[in-house]
Amino acid sequence: MMWDLCQYSDNTAIIDENGTTITYGTLEREGNKITDVIGKRCLVFLLCKNVIGSIIGYTAFIDQKIVPVLLNSQLEKGSLDKLLSVYRPSYLWIPDEDTIRFPDMEVVYSAFQYSLLKNDNGVECPLHPELGLLLTTSGSTGSPKFIRQSYKNIKVNADSIMQYLGLNERERPITTLPMNYTYGLSVINSHLLVGATLLVTDRSLMQREFWGFFKDMEATSLSGVPYTYEMLDKMRFQRMGLPDSFKTLTQAGGKLTPALHKKFAAYAQANGKKFIVMYGQCEATARMGYLPAENALEKCGSMGIAIPGGKFHLIDEDGQEISTPYITGELVYEGENVTLGYAECLEDLVKGDERGGILLTGDMAQCDGDGFYYIVGRKKRFLKIYGNRVNLDEVDRLIKARFDNMDCASTGVDDHMYLFVTDAILADEVRQYIISKTGLNRAAFKVITIDEIPKNDAGKTLYKELEIYYR
Amino acid sequence: MTNLELYKKSFCETFEIQEDALKGLVYQGIPSWDSVGHMNLVATLEEAFDIMMDTDDVIDLSSYEKGIEILKDHYDIGF
Repeated sequence: MMWDLCQYSDNTAIIDENGTTITYGTLEREGNKITDVIGKRCLVFLLCKNVIGSIIGYTAFIDQKIVPVLLNSQLEKGSLDKLLSVYRPSYLWIPDEDTIRFPDMEVVYSAFQYSLLKNDNGVECPLHPELGLLLTTSGSTGSPKFIRQSYKNIKVNADSIMQYLGLNERERPITTLPMNYTYGLSVINSHLLVGATLLVTDRSLMQREFWGFFKDMEATSLSGVPYTYEMLDKMRFQRMGLPDSFKTLTQAGGKLTPALHKKFAAYAQANGKKFIVMYGQCEATARMGYLPAENALEKCGSMGIAIPGGKFHLIDEDGQEISTPYITGELVYEGENVTLGYAECLEDLVKGDERGGILLTGDMAQCDGDGFYYIVGRKKRFLKIYGNRVNLDEVDRLIKARFDNMDCASTGVDDHMYLFVTDAILADEVRQYIISKTGLNRAAFKVITIDEIPKNDAGKTLYKELEIYYR
Repeated sequence: MTNLELYKKSFCETFEIQEDALKGLVYQGIPSWDSVGHMNLVATLEEAFDIMMDTDDVIDLSSYEKGIEILKDHYDIGF
């Protein structure tokens, strides 16, 4: 069992914005009803929303060893169809309103505005006994590449988060991130472990209803990606008059600008709150590092130290360990939360642990003399857009596949992607296509037409040379 | 440019929409007016009218029409 739900049987597990409240006892009982219908270990697609039904399904699947694939309920139809054809799950657990999207599937059970659909095209495939759940890498370009997380991964990471945040059953975190997003999920996992109360809403920070719910239910913590903090700053968050219950702000999903880091750290210090910058990746379940609140100001710009049970070190280009402070190297993490590996097709689900507890993060970092780490760059070609990881090579492939091998190159900085194309007539269409594929706000995407994509003699794209257009 | 024109332009440019889509437009009524779009809209309006909006006004700006009301009543902008 992942969570000891009966231990907290009478505690309130979830409150939603309509005032519906369920206890841990109900969470367990209602969950068992779903898994009793399924009755076997198999694959289930869970279309996630921050609502009670979604969480009941999730906890039941994990506790009863049914393997969920956590997907955003807003996932574009084409991408979802592709995933269904690749993974052929036995069941889908989805919001009632989405059942019309699957006219061929029979609804076999419904509760809390969620329905269980039986998929006649499902196949029973061998699942590795340790496989707990599948998540997409933060962003989604409809790629069938999933991360395989084990039961142990989920448990040890939730435990570790509980320890370093000092969580207890009095906590009332409010949902600000989707639960199919590793950071959002880690908030749920770690708080259910201690019998705390989740305040669930799909409202955004920009809505009065969100803050009404926040205040009425006396939320104790808030989590956000860098863009969340830009919004909070823009809203003059510091002057919002939030209830005294509110104690903790956590940040992950990309690097906050040092100026904003400082601003929120100073706000927290002056108001008796904790501001905790964290670092992680879906490949390490969720968290790898955190900056203790007491160091938030002094170590501004740092993502901190390894979480309890984990270790960091840096390696140079030859794989040798770097022990001198302030030398940049690739960040390597070791810990039991390092996931099993990736899956790209159904047959991969039988695979076991391919990483042995060691993750080359692909992030370039430095360590100061006190052992605090600073992310300074990235080895892999991806951007974080509003907290979502978007793989640039994948974007290039999508464009080339759709537009008849037109030469293109995507690059940029976090929150700003630049799509370089060689055919001005197609420029707008390319941009629209990538906006719809990623499902992210169009403000992040610019398209630039150039005569030729710069390449070296071997035909490799010289992305660096494109920087002059946007730096 | 009149204030109304400036106001319309802020919406059209932020959300990449045509003027005829403005009437009755509400938050989350189109994909580009999500929380990210909202943030950008506020920034654009603040710059266009040289104002700093209060938290309550940022949250209340839930439709095209409501925004005009807010700018009129709280920031002395004539339409």
